[in-house]
Amino acid sequence: MLVSIYRYNPETDTKPAMQDVEVELPEGKDLMVLDVLEMMKARDPSIAYRRSCREGVCGSDGMNINGTNGLACITPVSSAVKPGGKLVLRPLMGLPVVRDLVVDMSLFYQQFEKIKPFLINDDAPPAIERLQSPEDREKLDGLYECILCACCSTNCPSFWWNPDKFVGPAGLLQAYRFLADSRDTATAQRLSELEDPFSVFRCRGIMNCVAVCPKGLNPTRAIGHIRSMLLQQAT
Amino acid sequence: MVTNVSSFGRSGLFDWVVQRVSAVILASYTLCILSTLLLNPDMTYPEWQLVFDSFSMRFFTLLTLLAILAHGWIGMWTISTDYLTTRMMGGKGTVLRIGFQLLCIGLTLLYLVWGIDILWGN
Repeated sequence: MLVSIYRYNPETDTKPAMQDVEVELPEGKDLMVLDVLEMMKARDPSIAYRRSCREGVCGSDGMNINGTNGLACITPVSSAVKPGGKLVLRPLMGLPVVRDLVVDMSLFYQQFEKIKPFLINDDAPPAIERLQSPEDREKLDGLYECILCACCSTNCPSFWWNPDKFVGPAGLLQAYRFLADSRDTATAQRLSELEDPFSVFRCRGIMNCVAVCPKGLNPTRAIGHIRSMLLQQAT
Repeated sequence: MVTNVSSFGRSGLFDWVVQRVSAVILASYTLCILSTLLLNPDMTYPEWQLVFDSFSMRFFTLLTLLAILAHGWIGMWTISTDYLTTRMMGGKGTVLRIGFQLLCIGLTLLYLVWGIDILWGN
């Protein structure tokens, strides 16, 4: 199978280029894209990419696979490439490339940091733990599962244009995760920090984030809930 | 919170509500004009003028004009802060953005005065 991979080493290259590599795939096996990358790296150790758990949990190997963001470790080659087609691997879009498929995630993490991704509760802590009813706990389903792979935010045009101002779908999913948490007492403060024209309202609802999330989460719905909460608070 | 001085209401929530309310006004006005034209296929110019002689139609038209200007300004401001930025265009981004926004404000005010003159002028 022909694999076209984005190559860029800022120390030696003046500009990025796509490199075509022919990879011999074993018969009768549907490999994951990460397996193909591992085979390529065995032949050419200079190829750079991030990886860790190889089972869709750590979120390290987010990349653009044939035009769609996804995790290389849980994307089967058969679902990414039509029979006889070419596998095209590029880094996540909208973030500076460090080398080959490795991007600088600083802007993504800065936005995540902005939404204060931790429980805020100034009440005296109880002896054992802050209790939550099963119904309240259920409200966090579909929110807490985010692994911060950045596939959603880097597939979002609003994040491409304003990565320093728009929190992005991943950050906003986590913002709502804490807004929806019955144990968190900083709701008003959290909402007031999201009310400007960029942080939340730069989302135009095109739902690229939903289409590419490898965990099947729905940041657009969470953003809708944040908007409703802002509206309720302000009217 | 990201600060800004040039958005319509300096609040994402306010702009968002204005965009939605103005969209409803624009849709209602479109339906009103379309139904007037469809129900009166042989309408003459004097009859068309008669429609706009009523205070309610003039008021509705002025409301629609205000809605279109607010809706348009929020949209153009969004475009300018997406594409005419230093991130996208380098150092000249800020000058281009402010110039574009001033042009949009000028046109918006021009259309407002012109529209009021058409509706309420002699």
